Amino acid sequence: MLRVRVTQTLLPGVGVGLALLLWWWASVAVPDLPSPVRTWQESKIYILEPFEKRGEMDQGIGLLAYYSLVRVGQGFLLGIAIATPLGFLLGVSKILTRMFDPVMQILRPISPLAWLPLGLILFQKSEPAALFAIAVCSMWPTVINTMAGVRAIPQDYWNVAKVLRLSRTTTFIKIVVPATLPYIFTGYRLSLGIAWLVIVASEMLTGTPGVGGFLWQEYNSLVYAHILLAILTIGIVGFVLDRLMGIAEARLRTI
Amino acid sequence: MAYIEIRGLSKSFVTSGSRRDVLANVTLSIERGEFVTIVGAMGSGKSTLLNIVAGLCAPDEGTVTVSGELTREIRRDAALVFQNYSLLPWFSALENVRLAVNAAFPNQTRQEQLARARRNLERVGLTNAEHRRPGQLSGGMRQRVAIARAFAIEPEILFLDEPFGALDALTRETLQQELAQLCCDGRRVTTLMITNSVEEALLLSDRIVPMTHGPRATLGSPIAVDLPRPRTKALLTHDQDARRVRATVVAALTSGTNRRVGSRPHPAAPLSVPLSLAKAEGEP
Repeated sequence: MLRVRVTQTLLPGVGVGLALLLWWWASVAVPDLPSPVRTWQESKIYILEPFEKRGEMDQGIGLLAYYSLVRVGQGFLLGIAIATPLGFLLGVSKILTRMFDPVMQILRPISPLAWLPLGLILFQKSEPAALFAIAVCSMWPTVINTMAGVRAIPQDYWNVAKVLRLSRTTTFIKIVVPATLPYIFTGYRLSLGIAWLVIVASEMLTGTPGVGGFLWQEYNSLVYAHILLAILTIGIVGFVLDRLMGIAEARLRTI
Repeated sequence: MAYIEIRGLSKSFVTSGSRRDVLANVTLSIERGEFVTIVGAMGSGKSTLLNIVAGLCAPDEGTVTVSGELTREIRRDAALVFQNYSLLPWFSALENVRLAVNAAFPNQTRQEQLARARRNLERVGLTNAEHRRPGQLSGGMRQRVAIARAFAIEPEILFLDEPFGALDALTRETLQQELAQLCCDGRRVTTLMITNSVEEALLLSDRIVPMTHGPRATLGSPIAVDLPRPRTKALLTHDQDARRVRATVVAALTSGTNRRVGSRPHPAAPLSVPLSLAKAEGEP
């Protein structure tokens, strides 16, 4: 029992402590880098009053994270709204897979920084351009996982559909979707992770309020402690998002 | 012409460049209401034959007709029971059966469909387990659900693909008896079963058709099982007629293996024939 508690709470604590130590050591070596203590002192107003709005960028970190989350949420939903049906189609049809596989393989590795200017040209405004970049970058894991999920449906289940003479719609709703659901959620989890990566880049480029926009602005105003605050926030929010999706995924796995 | 006519079926599979002839010139007639069992060793191509007759896959040559009508896909009035149950794990027993009912009787109301599904689960003694998912059921119970699902659509033809092959000996015996009951009472469903157990075939069938070993498996001449029903294990072991029929089947199966030149019996999949019997009463 004690051993379990030690490994579960103490060891992660030691890891965090060592990371802080490394940070502190780096701050001694590089004078421009604020130490952990200085970071806390300079950014505590953002943390202690997380939802305070003082100016366009000068807002509590909770509020900034909220803006980013809303944007990520929209982009992510747009992405999976396209990716899920696409994944199903590609999973079912070998012809479509052959047709679109090269396109997919070429589009997949493109950085969000490359999509954003294209989004700006297409939509003329920064907000839809950001959503476009998030959607286009984050959709691939969902497309690929859904596709793999449909292909992994055991022949048994297809036989059930054949033997019971189920219609295409019924087969899809009663067999294909439930059988693929765990794969889809793994895709969603990975997609959300990417969407959160993209948000920072797109906010930095478009200068919209959010964690990424804040980070870029504070860099330009030479308040380096706030950069570290923003980085930590991005990390923690990303971690929480992944955990939440992980829980949803685990629940589906029990089927 | 018989109800089901199987004429000159051949099938081969091409795997990694090499061609394997599984079935060669398989012919069989089944009368309406008859229970016919094809007995053969594992890997002899029985399942392939059943899948073709049921319409799950197409033969290379030959035809299957039911009442003179060519079978190209699964018939609306046919039901299949597989060895591995083939239940959907995300649905309860009741939902699994209702899915079949819904497909077979789309014009019935939800209530009527549920009632029909319940009635059929009751027939296999699963009323108390109707809300459990397949994962929460034992192998025997799962196969009961599959049997209930098959009977729920009120089929004219029933195809059984080693229905008890995955069950332990005790459960298998119970289910064989239950199936015998289901097939006997009321309307007789035309049934084609495949199995590797001579015992099971004797218990349930009107006729037994031995199948030679694959590759290029084909059927021997059918053997009539003129035994009173319901049949019990005791009857099959002690009755003179039963012993005679069994000996004939075993002889047909073993001679079939020896006669075929160049065919290798599947080493890992022996027939479930008591060795002493096979030896003692060998060739008639």
